[in-house]
Amino acid sequence: MALPKRIIKETERLVAEPVPGIEAVPHEDNLRYFDVSIHGPAQSPYEGGVFKLELFLPEDYPMTPPKIRFLTKIYHPNIDRLGRICLDVLKANWSPALQIRTILLSIQALLGAPNPDDPLANDVAQRWKEDEPGAIATAREWTQKHAAP
Amino acid sequence: MSEMSEDDFVSGGSDGEFDIDESMESDFEEEEYGTQYLDDKDDRPQKKAYEVDFSVLTENQIKTAQHNVVEEVSSILGFTQENSAVLLRHFKWNKEVLIEKYMDGSQKLLQEAGVDLTGSNKPEFKVIPGFSCDICCEDEPGLETFALRCNHRYCADCYRHYLSQKIKEEAEAIRIQCPSDGCKILIDPMSIQMLAGPDVMVRYNELLNRTYVEDKENLRWCPAPNCEYVVDCPVTQKQLQEIVPTVLCTCGHHFCFGCGSNDHQPCPCGLVKKWLKKCEDDSETANWISANTKECPKCQSTIEKNGGCNHMTCRKCKHEFCWVCMGPWNEHGTSWYNCNRYEEKSGIDARDVQAKSRASLERYLHYYNRYANHEQSGKLDKDLYIKTEKKMTMLQSASGMSWIEVQYLDAASKVLQQCRQTLKWTYAFAFYLQRNHLTTIFEDNQKDLEMAVEGLSELFEKPTDQLANIKVEMMDKTAYVSNRRVILLDTTAKGLQDGTWEFTVEF
Repeated sequence: MALPKRIIKETERLVAEPVPGIEAVPHEDNLRYFDVSIHGPAQSPYEGGVFKLELFLPEDYPMTPPKIRFLTKIYHPNIDRLGRICLDVLKANWSPALQIRTILLSIQALLGAPNPDDPLANDVAQRWKEDEPGAIATAREWTQKHAAP
Repeated sequence: MSEMSEDDFVSGGSDGEFDIDESMESDFEEEEYGTQYLDDKDDRPQKKAYEVDFSVLTENQIKTAQHNVVEEVSSILGFTQENSAVLLRHFKWNKEVLIEKYMDGSQKLLQEAGVDLTGSNKPEFKVIPGFSCDICCEDEPGLETFALRCNHRYCADCYRHYLSQKIKEEAEAIRIQCPSDGCKILIDPMSIQMLAGPDVMVRYNELLNRTYVEDKENLRWCPAPNCEYVVDCPVTQKQLQEIVPTVLCTCGHHFCFGCGSNDHQPCPCGLVKKWLKKCEDDSETANWISANTKECPKCQSTIEKNGGCNHMTCRKCKHEFCWVCMGPWNEHGTSWYNCNRYEEKSGIDARDVQAKSRASLERYLHYYNRYANHEQSGKLDKDLYIKTEKKMTMLQSASGMSWIEVQYLDAASKVLQQCRQTLKWTYAFAFYLQRNHLTTIFEDNQKDLEMAVEGLSELFEKPTDQLANIKVEMMDKTAYVSNRRVILLDTTAKGLQDGTWEFTVEF
């Protein structure tokens, strides 16, 4: 099936006007599959890390949200061991007017502002609530260990 | 004896009333049992303790009911019918709450519900020169576009896709927002009608009806396959501890209004849930374990004896014991293979420990086996039905009876099935009862019903040539069985209402 105009335009724009700290490159053999890397935001425990993600645009995109998953290990209350992300705009609050770039920005923002009250990784979230400095230290450790550029 | 027509036993009729027992009673009165029931005559209009008021509604009646409320609210609040409908759905069709909230502040309410009267744009198709759709990125000249009052404009095709995705894939109907990110405006029914194709519209209307029924606590869809009726019953979830609201749909399906499962009188929904869970967890495995294994008297490991002599050596703790008396083997001396030592103290102790753990299991299995037995009989209902049909035909040709005259067989089979269903659940109910005199009475009633059912069942198994001769006996038994069931259900239901039953669990 031919690639919809929307996906072509979005891809062109991602290349032409990249978002600072975010790269998204489509696979040559599958233009719906993107290799993504997100730089950890400054002043967060993920600062200095580069996190790899995979992004796939399903058949009915943009009516359904893209499928995104972290490939790099990350210690974060809203991201589980398999790299799945708990983010409203990826689920119920998806709107077809949203784009790959807006979604990736939301994920970057999620790294800057973990939300332990709406956890996906329960153990991490609990630690985050009970011992925030300790949890942040672990997050930093993991960033150095797994997300070194 | 008068004829007992089919209707006496096929509970209910097209009027949807749960009338089996009244008709049973009236039958008795015409017959020799009549005198017994004379006292009840004055009470007859009163319903039995286990009966609930209900009515069966068609899809059209549901639509009309919605329409009426919408019209009423729209005339009170002065909104259009579409907006009133959106507001009512937002408040789960509770018009009192809606009107109250409206009095508190209309603007906030409208925003909350996604009805925006401030936006200036009129929702309609437009062609706008130089337009580029943010969803599909199409920018051909002449592109048809659409926007709600909020004026977030997209091409009509994307709008249609969006609606189809929401309605057909996500089964969403009443909370479809403008496709724009963060815009809370709902797509109103008029716009949906303008945009959606016929197949999407059909689904949309279905969903609207569905949410109406789901929102109203007094409504429930009949759970029978392909049945489109709705049952209206005033019993609330809070009352389910005191009553088992069994209803009969026009399609003939008996079900519990409280939980939607098949008729489970006299057992309340809470206990049904507990019981089914317990059966799922325990039954098969527990049954097998009980039948085939014992626990090592020392380390309690479960051991299956699959051959060999009674001198057991536990694999785990190396304890040696006798399989028969469970006592230590060294006390056995020379009586190998043949335990005759029931008196030894250590053996009794070992058996005691096991007996305790097993007693509770056995108690459960006692109830479970009887429950399962009646369930199994229930599953054979279908065969019985077919068999009855055949017997009725055979009986007609053999005895020269008319179709009407052989209806008593059909009646008997229906009563039999219904009673088996009831009996099944009496065992789940009894399992959770505390031992007291009320329980004893319950068990007596249960026993009476069970014996009556077995008696009737036996008559049923008789060869066809004898069936004609036992017609009277069969009709008597049928009436008796049915009456036993009424008594059992009635006393149980009264106990539930008055809170006199004592249970071993909370539910």
